[in-house]
Amino acid sequence: MLANYGYKDASGDFFITIDTDICNGCGDCVSACPADIFEVMDEDPNDPLRDEPVAVVSADKKKKLKYECNPCKPASERPPLPCVEACKAGAISHSW
Amino acid sequence: MAEEKKQEFWRWTESNWKNPDIDWKDAKFVTSGIDVGSVSSQAVIMTDGEIFAYGNMRTGSDSPDSARNALKFAMEATDMPEDRMDYCVGTGYGRVNVPFADRTITEIACHARGANFIYGPEVRTVLDIGGQDIKAIQCDEKGKVTNFIMNDKCAAGTGRGMEVFSDLLGVPINYVGDRSFDVKEEPQPVSSTCVVYAKSEATSLLRKGWSTEEVLAAYCSAMADRIYSLVERVGVEPEFAVTGGLAKNRGVMDRLMPMVGLKRMKTKWDTQIAGGVGAALFGYALCQKGKGRKK
Ligand code: SF4
Ligand code: SF4
Repeated sequence: MLANYGYKDASGDFFITIDTDICNGCGDCVSACPADIFEVMDEDPNDPLRDEPVAVVSADKKKKLKYECNPCKPASERPPLPCVEACKAGAISHSW
Repeated sequence: MAEEKKQEFWRWTESNWKNPDIDWKDAKFVTSGIDVGSVSSQAVIMTDGEIFAYGNMRTGSDSPDSARNALKFAMEATDMPEDRMDYCVGTGYGRVNVPFADRTITEIACHARGANFIYGPEVRTVLDIGGQDIKAIQCDEKGKVTNFIMNDKCAAGTGRGMEVFSDLLGVPINYVGDRSFDVKEEPQPVSSTCVVYAKSEATSLLRKGWSTEEVLAAYCSAMADRIYSLVERVGVEPEFAVTGGLAKNRGVMDRLMPMVGLKRMKTKWDTQIAGGVGAALFGYALCQKGKGRKK
């Protein structure tokens, strides 16, 4: 499943996508992210019959991603994002 | 009651229903799904995965009460004692406020599952326009979510936004659709669907001499634009179904569907119950897996 967390407003699209078919729930993204965006749940809240751990974007963060991720995304040069780098499975992508 | 309905003319019609072909005494598992939305709440009672009864009501100021009332309303249509229920799943915007639920499940999962039931397994894209949020979901033939997006940051483009607007113009919400097409020429969409701005924009358009119908048209088409931009993100794959309160509003839907480029699926069921149906079906699946209520 492609789980798109975030929002769209007048200034653009701000979504973090987690591919839950690839995510193994290892939790590396949780420790890598300075803004505590991710958490690992024992069960996919959007696929409750699956019973496998999976990363999600915390409910209290998904409405302010633009602001929360800002320190990782300086306007000048764009270093690799800590979350994307930490996820060896390659399950995380950003829309902006 | 009738008096109150007259004053709050923008209310949805509340209704309950029981399936005359089902006898609950034959059921192995009776499960219920309670979908507490910001605007309306539905309780769906299913017997072995078939719809037995449901109630659809407006959400009051108190969510736990709304959940209980919706269930009571559905139960009223039946002669089944409430303790016959094997499992209850809460979902929706106010799902944490279903105190008597055995567990809660996200509305994303429930809507996909419910749409699969009420529209059939061909449904691949589900657009749900609720009172407070818009969800676009792709699912497989089993109703399992494969891609989803949800916008709940603001009321723009939602049922709530439409209610505020219909209230402002004094046009009962059930007439918004038809009246919005009562224009000689389709006007430009209003520049913002933001509830706060739309209000002042509508007021200024009226002052400029626009007819109520033209303002309605401009607002409906702005909402359609807004909704389409979200659907576009998950992608449009046939068959395409629309659920939620705004699915009944042709002012928005007849402007949205040409952008989508597909026909909407039809169903004999009330589209507002999709979330509740999905929730009750998850309850049924859990019971079948032996993961029901511990007795
Ligand atoms: S970009 Fe930075 S703040 Fe945003 S999710 Fe990734 S690691 Fe966290
Ligand atoms: S690092 Fe990647 S695989 Fe591990 S929990 Fe996070 S998203 Fe999932």
